[in-house]
Amino acid sequence: MTVLDVRGLSVRYGEVIALDQVDLQLGASTVCGLLGANGSGKSTLFKATMGLIRPYAGTVRIREGDVRTARRSAAIAYMPQAEAVDPDFPITAREVVLTGRYGRMGITRRARAADREAVDDALARVGLADLAGRQIGRLSGGQRKRVFLARAIAQDAPLLLLDEPFAGVDRGTQDAMTTVLHELRDDGRTVLVSTHDIAGVDTLCDRAVLLAGRLLADGPPAEVVTPEVLGRVFGIPPVREGEAR
Amino acid sequence: MIAWLLEPLQFGFMQRALLVAVVAGTVGALLSCWLTLVGWSLMGDAVSHAVLPGVVLSYIIGIPFGVGAFVFGAGAVGLIGLVRRTSRVKEDAAIGVVFTGLFALGLVLISRTPSDTDLSHILFGNLLGLSTGDVVQIVVLGLVTVAVVLARHRDFTLVAFDRVHAHAIGVDPRRVEALLLGLLALAVVVALQAVGIVLVVAVLIIPGATAYLLTDRMEPMLAVAVAVAVLAGVVGSYVSYYANVSTGGSVVLSLAVAFVLAYLFGPRHGVIARYRTARKPVAADT
Repeated sequence: MTVLDVRGLSVRYGEVIALDQVDLQLGASTVCGLLGANGSGKSTLFKATMGLIRPYAGTVRIREGDVRTARRSAAIAYMPQAEAVDPDFPITAREVVLTGRYGRMGITRRARAADREAVDDALARVGLADLAGRQIGRLSGGQRKRVFLARAIAQDAPLLLLDEPFAGVDRGTQDAMTTVLHELRDDGRTVLVSTHDIAGVDTLCDRAVLLAGRLLADGPPAEVVTPEVLGRVFGIPPVREGEAR
Repeated sequence: MIAWLLEPLQFGFMQRALLVAVVAGTVGALLSCWLTLVGWSLMGDAVSHAVLPGVVLSYIIGIPFGVGAFVFGAGAVGLIGLVRRTSRVKEDAAIGVVFTGLFALGLVLISRTPSDTDLSHILFGNLLGLSTGDVVQIVVLGLVTVAVVLARHRDFTLVAFDRVHAHAIGVDPRRVEALLLGLLALAVVVALQAVGIVLVVAVLIIPGATAYLLTDRMEPMLAVAVAVAVLAGVVGSYVSYYANVSTGGSVVLSLAVAFVLAYLFGPRHGVIARYRTARKPVAADT
């Protein structure tokens, strides 16, 4: 089954064309890298996938239903960029992760035993069991990222959208998160990871798509992340043979 | 000391004043936590001023003042949203235009109303002069507001913290915000007679801002905010009784003193604690 099915998607902000005729189909058990420079439309594609903006043309379907149905069944998990979060907010790591379960709860969002179990499990999987009671501002940047990954895990959604998960995190955190994302993939999830940093894409992803308003390339990371393509998109001159970094 | 505390309680007006101070303080304090976190303090100011024409019209027509106040409070919120969405004017300017316009309408209406003796009561509160009917209205509205807040507080926190996540899991953030603004209008009605239109906004900001300086958790923040507001309500009422000064003024002044104490002596976020930690070498956080 196609988990995410984007067809002919165009998004405009006034006169500015943010996305132009984008097609993207993702099946289950995939980690797909969404590569592109700042302003290439990565965030816009995420917003359209969550139904936060209305497409100018084209459709987004999730598990063969519309976005609204997918939202209602908590089928989309979203991990925000670090800057989108107020670190002073009076909330602990555990409470953040618990909000991943809210879509499954009644109107008052009272947690049941199964919810608490899912939260403990998700925190353990990202290695934060010991810090669950900390206010999020007293966690390091990498730990805070892992809190939001745990929230997505606790939500138990088939489709995970991760917005720049590796921006500003250390190598250890990146490796740990990569392991968890591979586990999620092997468990049948579809993970779409946006990044403007191409390092690590080949180890993390089974597939990569390159976005610059339009979809420029789509395939195995080794074929997409080539010096020529990157030079065209990011304006980096290709590194010649023998030119050590 | 005990006699000093009990003496005012033999008077009905003082019992009513304390009851209303506790109810209005609780309602305002609960909402103030989310208003502080979302950054909606100016919205609280706007709604509280915008209810004035509603109150005056209620007196003229002869219906409970809460009805008119709620209609104009909720209407002001709607108007602000409308101006912001349908013009290039930004939200703070839209708020400024709408609430001063409505407040001015209220002043004009008052000046054309035969009995204008209530003006100062509406503007500055009349905590020591409440009738039993006023108290019943305030307590009923207060209980309704608190019940809705208790039932939906997790969604308020969810939306205040991460609107995008809320949207992704099927919650409509705009609906949750609309509910919060509706409750804000109700809270203004509840606190209106206690401290008056001009100072209602204090009850909707200071308890939450004070609690924010004292705790890092949501539920303790709500509890601290309520405690601060109730205490300030009681202290203010007593000060007003013994010193024969404005009741609304003493209640809000007590709130302000609580804020200053938290600002200075808050264990982690007070300026003195911050100054001390800034001078200490920071332990490595792994």
